[in-house]
Amino acid sequence: MIPELGNFALVLASVLALGGAGLGLYAPREPVLQSGVLSMVFGQWAFSFVAFTALIYAFVVDDFSVSYVANQSNSLLPWYYKVSAAWGGHEGSFLLWILIMGTWMLAFALRSDQYPDRFTTRVLGVLSLLNLGFICFALFTSNPFLRLIPLSPADGADLNPLLQDFGLIVHPPLLYAGYVGLAIPFAMAVAALLEGRVDATWARWCRTWANMAWALLTCGIALGSWWAYYELGWGGWWFWDPVENASFMPWLAATALVHSLSVTENRGTFKSWTLLLAITAFSFSLLGAFIVRSGVLTSVHSFAVDPERGMYILTFLALVVGGSLSLYAARAGQNTAKVGYEVLSREFFMLVNNVIMVVSLAVVLWGTLAPIGYEAITGGRISIGTPFFNAFFVPLGLMLLGALALVPVLNWKRTRAQVLASVYQALGVSVLLGGLIWFALDPASLLVAGAVGLSVWVVLTHARQLWFRLGKGSVPAAYIGMTLAHLGFAMGTAGISITATQSVESDVRMSPQSSIVLAGQQVTFTGVIDVLGPNYGAQQGIFIVTDGDRSYELRPEKRQYFAGGNTMTEAGISAGFLADTYISLGEPLEGGAWAVRAHYKPLVRWVWLGALLMAFGGILAVFDKRYARQRRRQEARQGEVTLS
Amino acid sequence: MNRASLFVPLGVFVLILTLGYVGFDLGARSELPSALINKPFPEFNARLLGRPEQSITRDDLLGQPTLVNVWATWCPTCLSEHEQLMQIAATTDVQIVGVNYKDRPDKALRWLAQFGNPYRWVLDDRDGLLGIEMGVYGAPETFLLDARGEVVYKRVGDINPRIWRSELAPRLLQLGVSIAGSDADGARQP
Repeated sequence: MIPELGNFALVLASVLALGGAGLGLYAPREPVLQSGVLSMVFGQWAFSFVAFTALIYAFVVDDFSVSYVANQSNSLLPWYYKVSAAWGGHEGSFLLWILIMGTWMLAFALRSDQYPDRFTTRVLGVLSLLNLGFICFALFTSNPFLRLIPLSPADGADLNPLLQDFGLIVHPPLLYAGYVGLAIPFAMAVAALLEGRVDATWARWCRTWANMAWALLTCGIALGSWWAYYELGWGGWWFWDPVENASFMPWLAATALVHSLSVTENRGTFKSWTLLLAITAFSFSLLGAFIVRSGVLTSVHSFAVDPERGMYILTFLALVVGGSLSLYAARAGQNTAKVGYEVLSREFFMLVNNVIMVVSLAVVLWGTLAPIGYEAITGGRISIGTPFFNAFFVPLGLMLLGALALVPVLNWKRTRAQVLASVYQALGVSVLLGGLIWFALDPASLLVAGAVGLSVWVVLTHARQLWFRLGKGSVPAAYIGMTLAHLGFAMGTAGISITATQSVESDVRMSPQSSIVLAGQQVTFTGVIDVLGPNYGAQQGIFIVTDGDRSYELRPEKRQYFAGGNTMTEAGISAGFLADTYISLGEPLEGGAWAVRAHYKPLVRWVWLGALLMAFGGILAVFDKRYARQRRRQEARQGEVTLS
Repeated sequence: MNRASLFVPLGVFVLILTLGYVGFDLGARSELPSALINKPFPEFNARLLGRPEQSITRDDLLGQPTLVNVWATWCPTCLSEHEQLMQIAATTDVQIVGVNYKDRPDKALRWLAQFGNPYRWVLDDRDGLLGIEMGVYGAPETFLLDARGEVVYKRVGDINPRIWRSELAPRLLQLGVSIAGSDADGARQP
């Protein structure tokens, strides 16, 4: 009964989405009709929430007559995995997507007092139309509430053990919040195009939403990478596979958008470009959904199993992206503004950022689509892997770092060359430091030293300027946020370059009581014991790692899950700020020996910490006074209107 | 700004969309003809994965029904069908031979160590030459050979529970392969 209620709530949400879209896009002037759109947005959220709760309920009470529950869950699962199993598969994760979409719309509606009423109505109309598309997709092609009656199984098939993990509980909601959050800048861009008005005020409104979505997307991607690192047992943290690329592409576009919006807000230029980026960023979110959900790029074969889903998304994509780009082509030309700036200016460096982001985007898009294009034309398969991406991303990353180091001292419009003196001092220090690190680590390539040196340079110029401004009085939160995000980027690239080149990996055969030496640490294998988890049995290897005076135990596991009979590798990781020691069990060999994979990964944490710092900077910028003051000014103006 | 340049993004999008549609169309052609059906499996002489000093030929496959499964570590669908292959290896006595297609041996061995090895032999086809002989479209692909080495059935794409139940298990029974829990076992899956 409860699942039917959930289904019904979803149907109601779709009706409200249809109403909200029609009325919102018509954009009436009457306040009654405008508040009608607001109520329909509240309704969409409320009914999505009911539907999602109904699905969670079906999971918690083990209702295996619901097909999706039977496929994704099992009575032996701990309760928290039963809850998270709700978004472990396609249907449920899409329902989560809808709930998150509803939540963003609700958040926008709650802040609607900041914007003119007709603008709010239009934005909510566009969002409702998108939401209608999402809900219909769920209802018609991937309904999570379908029953298996009368053939309901006694127990479920179990959640994929890879997904029985803390990372999965939080990764999809964060990632989706980022994906879907980009719908708000998109809707604001479409509304602005419909009104034919794009100015600095519009950019200021849009920035808070774009920053927020970008920060959440950053967190989501970092979390996914961290999850892959400890759960897949390969010791890698980024694989350039199509699913990862699908999340990386909107991130690149959103990063460009966040910067371009800043120019539009402060200087009133880059307008059409900003609009295009807002449309592009969300389009890549949708493309990501297409890639992940249809499977067309991972394997054409898995796609054939479910053609109607892919066809639906492809049509939806064609309508949404084609429609918005046509609108852009027709209307964006009205917003040209000629504002001059010199090479040594913030504008120009924002442009450098944008160009690098867009080139990166093109590289990832090519690397993801080329295999399918090749297959479509020749029928053969090619695989584009890490070497292709490295060939582009190493030089692009270095260029970006180099440009970034100058950013703190730049002014809008033009910068006097004298201020660069401090930058050169910092450059001297970082070349020295980079060289020293190079000498100490002796990496194979000069590029590593370059990356480290440039990162240090970025840190020095940013820290110096922040220190200087703090000394002169209060510094806006947006400036601190920008500095933190840039420091995070430097931290991340330093981590990436060191961990990618300085890691030690050894795949060895170890018998009990034998030892190996891993990057100066003694690793002793004591043996394997059997342990029992809530829904699996495991062989647990016991390793003692001795590093000078410090000694600790690592216990990697080989798990056998009861329900599906799946075997999973659970790595034993000693996480450290400076380095990780990572051990995973391979196969048992004769005589109690095991195939063991031991890794020593310096600075691998910096990759994720850097990303988190970037995200934190993005969120901090949202809380700048400049955006809060706006609301009070609006309230004051409304007060005046009522008085007069 | 030049008016026409505003249409560039739309043009790029239409191009990508067309590509997506072609890919979709290609995927929808799930029934790919095999020139090998009811013909003898091609002669080959291939080295074993991880044991390059040892090689096997077509004659080694004769005398009993064989499943020849083309896989690679770069193929996510192969990973998703792997569980089904493990189950077939555990519940039937059919011999399963893997062809590691256009792959790196070290990666492949690691993959087998991690996810389990359902194969009696794994042939090392890193340059894809055997794949050309077999007329492989992509990975995964699976051929069913009878005891005389003739191709009885070919599946392009993964062996999922549905394919196993409706297409593969009945043919194995026909060839006299015993399936644990008798013929009902194949159909018992939820």
